[in-house]
Amino acid sequence: MSTAWYLLLSAALFTLGLLGVLVRRNALILFMSIELMLNAVNLSFVALSRHMNDLAGQVAVFFVFVVAATEVVVGLAMIVEVARSRATVDIDDINLLKG
Amino acid sequence: MGEAVLFGILSVTALAGGVGVIASRSPVHSAISLLAVLGSLAILYLLLLAPFVAVLQIFLYAGAILVLFLFVIMLVHGHPLARTGERLAWQRPLALALSALLFLSQGYVSFRGLTSARAEPQEGLGTVQEVGRALFTTYLLPFELASVILLVGIVAAVVLGKPLPRGTAFPPEPQRAERPLSPVGAREGEG
Repeated sequence: MSTAWYLLLSAALFTLGLLGVLVRRNALILFMSIELMLNAVNLSFVALSRHMNDLAGQVAVFFVFVVAATEVVVGLAMIVEVARSRATVDIDDINLLKG
Repeated sequence: MGEAVLFGILSVTALAGGVGVIASRSPVHSAISLLAVLGSLAILYLLLLAPFVAVLQIFLYAGAILVLFLFVIMLVHGHPLARTGERLAWQRPLALALSALLFLSQGYVSFRGLTSARAEPQEGLGTVQEVGRALFTTYLLPFELASVILLVGIVAAVVLGKPLPRGTAFPPEPQRAERPLSPVGAREGEG
């Protein structure tokens, strides 16, 4: 079983996440797509850690977890705040800064 | 052989979940699909001799982050999704083309970039002891900085969740569009 298959699965998941960010308009689904991309990167970190018998990849995943948790907490707080004041989570409707 | 079979099943589950995340109409279905992705990735981490990361994946992602997602979906749910209609027609084909390009280049790199063969499995590579030792020796400074990031996240969430003082919110009310535009002075007089 070659590591390349794991990297290919990681690439496919990352592409799905990117596609979600590019085509979806719901801010919550956008955030979940970002989580999907983070998980894809984590998979390649772990696969390469196994490939090289190096612990550094798994430690990197640990830090990605920390950043992902913080990002979700802050981002979801912002989404709740926007939904409270603008009554929508559609990012096309959140265009106050549009000239 | 067993690894290949397990990998095949798990990758199909993960990809189906990934498609579900971006194709579901309702955010709740997206969250459940994300759970499928997270679960199959956790088992893949076990397959890759990373038990610590696998447990963290379940605890942190499935336990904390996904529950937070579902909680916020419940909070936000019920707001009708007003559609503006001004969507760009060429956006979706362009996104598909760019994503396909990215996937092809990533696939090329993953098969051509690895020049060495995979190392033999090493006993106790990703156990809690080993990862913990690495975190508290080699990566001590990043570990402490991670705690600062978490602290900033906590403070930010508390500050964002606090109700704003009266009159400072912009736009002032969600039903702003329904009432006729009034002079600024009149609104200040109300408060």
